[in-house]
Amino acid sequence: MTCKKSECQCGGNAAQDFSELAPVLDKYAKVPGSLITILQKAQDIYGFLSIDVINHISEATGIKPAKIYGVATFYAQFRLQPIGKYLIMLCKGTACHVNGADMIEEAVCEHLNIQDGETTEDGLFTLNNVACLGCCSLAPVMMIKTNDGEETFGNLTKDKVKAILDDYRAKEA
Amino acid sequence: MKVMIGQGSCGVATGAKKTSNEFEKLVAEKGLKNVVIDKTGCIGTCYLEPIVDVYDDNGALETRYVKVQPEKVAEIVEKHLIGGKPVEEYAISDVDKTFLEKQKRIVLRNCGVINPEHIEEYIARGGYESVKKVVTSMTQDEVIDVIKVSGLKGRGGAGFPTWFKWNEAKKNPGANKYMVCNADEGDPGAFMDRSVLEGDPHSLIEGMTIGGFAMGATEGVIYVRAEYPLAIARLEIAMAQAREKGFLGKNLFGTNFSFDIRIKAGAGAFVCGEETALIASLEGERGMPRLKPPFPAAKGYWQKPTNINNVETFANVPWILANGGEAFAAMGTDNSKGTKVFALAGKIKKGGLVEVPMGLPLKEVIFGIGGRIKQDKQFKAVQMGGPSGGCIPADLIDTPVSYEDITKTGAIVGSGGMIVMDETTCMVDMARYFLDFTRKESCGKCNYCRIGTKRMLEILERITRGEGRDGDIELLEELANKVKDGSMCGLGQTAPNPVLTTIRYFRNEYEDHIYNHKCTAKSCKALIRFTISDACKGCTLCAKKCPVGAITGSVKQRHVIDPDKCIKCGKCEESCNFGAVVRE
Repeated sequence: MTCKKSECQCGGNAAQDFSELAPVLDKYAKVPGSLITILQKAQDIYGFLSIDVINHISEATGIKPAKIYGVATFYAQFRLQPIGKYLIMLCKGTACHVNGADMIEEAVCEHLNIQDGETTEDGLFTLNNVACLGCCSLAPVMMIKTNDGEETFGNLTKDKVKAILDDYRAKEA
Repeated sequence: MKVMIGQGSCGVATGAKKTSNEFEKLVAEKGLKNVVIDKTGCIGTCYLEPIVDVYDDNGALETRYVKVQPEKVAEIVEKHLIGGKPVEEYAISDVDKTFLEKQKRIVLRNCGVINPEHIEEYIARGGYESVKKVVTSMTQDEVIDVIKVSGLKGRGGAGFPTWFKWNEAKKNPGANKYMVCNADEGDPGAFMDRSVLEGDPHSLIEGMTIGGFAMGATEGVIYVRAEYPLAIARLEIAMAQAREKGFLGKNLFGTNFSFDIRIKAGAGAFVCGEETALIASLEGERGMPRLKPPFPAAKGYWQKPTNINNVETFANVPWILANGGEAFAAMGTDNSKGTKVFALAGKIKKGGLVEVPMGLPLKEVIFGIGGRIKQDKQFKAVQMGGPSGGCIPADLIDTPVSYEDITKTGAIVGSGGMIVMDETTCMVDMARYFLDFTRKESCGKCNYCRIGTKRMLEILERITRGEGRDGDIELLEELANKVKDGSMCGLGQTAPNPVLTTIRYFRNEYEDHIYNHKCTAKSCKALIRFTISDACKGCTLCAKKCPVGAITGSVKQRHVIDPDKCIKCGKCEESCNFGAVVRE
């Protein structure tokens, strides 16, 4: 069962436009086993999976919202909250851990005043700790992702990471 | 003349794109019409990135330049590309050359040599010859026999004979069978598969097609991590090119064998490395393992016979078919044939991708190829097999790298992560780190794995906080064995390994934490204390950096840290230029 949009209390924008998602649903809604692909594409479009998006996908695919929620919360990639313009993916792989990833995390948290999973007040940065980016020889490593692509930074130090974040911030000023 | 710039993820992360742009700009400015700028995948010597190879007109490697930041480009263009004289000071040193010379490259045969986005370069090195031979002149059984003779075992971690899996999937009846590639490289600290995907995607496509033919599949699926965007992009390009050339699609090489491949991006779950969980994920479900039997070879993806191998396994296949199973079996030990790729990282001077024949002693890999420990510290242990593996201590450094010998130490070869640790790495903290990982990644299906890993983590956290109790080590051992026995899949069965191996080889460190309230490696914050020694010059820098004002002292006088105020952030230690701040 889905709630009528006008009565919806779930905090989303009732008039959300799903037209961008339409071609994705046309292609995948009826193909078995495509739920993860649909969620990935929906997240690419909207930045995160809102309750409205989940309900809309449910209507199109016939999969119950509870099940979609179950899948979305199982995988590390999916977010149920909006993120900042720059997504900082801080590697916490073994090589990074041994080479001081905790220190780098401290520096990021201190500099931006956020914790893992949080977004800065100005909506610019979100910090996400990730399992491994696969650039282990350059540990410690982080990747900064935007809508246009991603950039990876290696051999980080506390000072270097602060300078990188300042550079991004300066771009916005 | 051709200028090849290594642009795997590591290269790009160190600025290879900027270097490449600079070359393009200057070559265009100078009007050098005979110089081609091109890119290649991971060369393997990650610690020297960005790497630029200059090839002469006959295609022979003339000079390999290392650590080529954009500001070095102008000089190389001026002196080498125009003047014809290599800039020796930027070229790779003889010592660094040995990093590659001591290896035997089969899986990585094309990585760093070809442009992965040009199928012609793969074909020029004998690519797609094996699949052509297989499809046009061999039977399914003949292919499986060659793989059997080669002794190839799955390189993803379990080390199961590849031919056996292919044969089972072949024997099971069914019109639709699936060949699946596990490219969901989830071990933190491993990047072998990423490098193959980025540097030589065609060898995977060719290997999968050969396997598909052998088991009678018509469709292949590559399950690849979403964290590897570059790998996905290169795979897509490679698949499109292969289709165009008729190496994928209907009626390959004019026979009635059809085979095509699609990519499915994973969404981030370590447990999906387990094959039944991977299948659940392919079907759009939560990636939770299923009971075996039935094995995937009988009922896998959509209940059809399915075979799953990882990237490295497939990348070996075209070489084996081209050179014969005997040639592959000639390398390695009795039970571990061929080569294995390792991702060497951690506290090592020369980190990167290393491919060596099985059976080479660990010492050769770590010291012979990897050079020494960073900052010339003392080697303490090497971690193999990631969260499912264990730590091998310094006195077992002569252990040969083979499935059977590594397993005897309590670790596993695993997918190939090799993380080197030095005297400053706390082994209790390492165990805590891996337990934290497996606890988060446990899918929650089995009680022992879900709750047991959590309880073990709590104990380890307590110990690293200095609140360890008498009996904790024994309790950890008891829980570890129960989690092993009470879990259905490989994740839970192996999750306690990092704890068990560290207790086995570094029990003294656990005891130090619990009974002496000391961290042997001086790394656990709760158990260390910062003091200032006589080396202090009284420069006042540390006092200025201290965020809580715990350091006092006047100019040119030795400073003092107030232990009650100190929050052990380490800022004083970092800022001191005289090494006067010491950990106790």
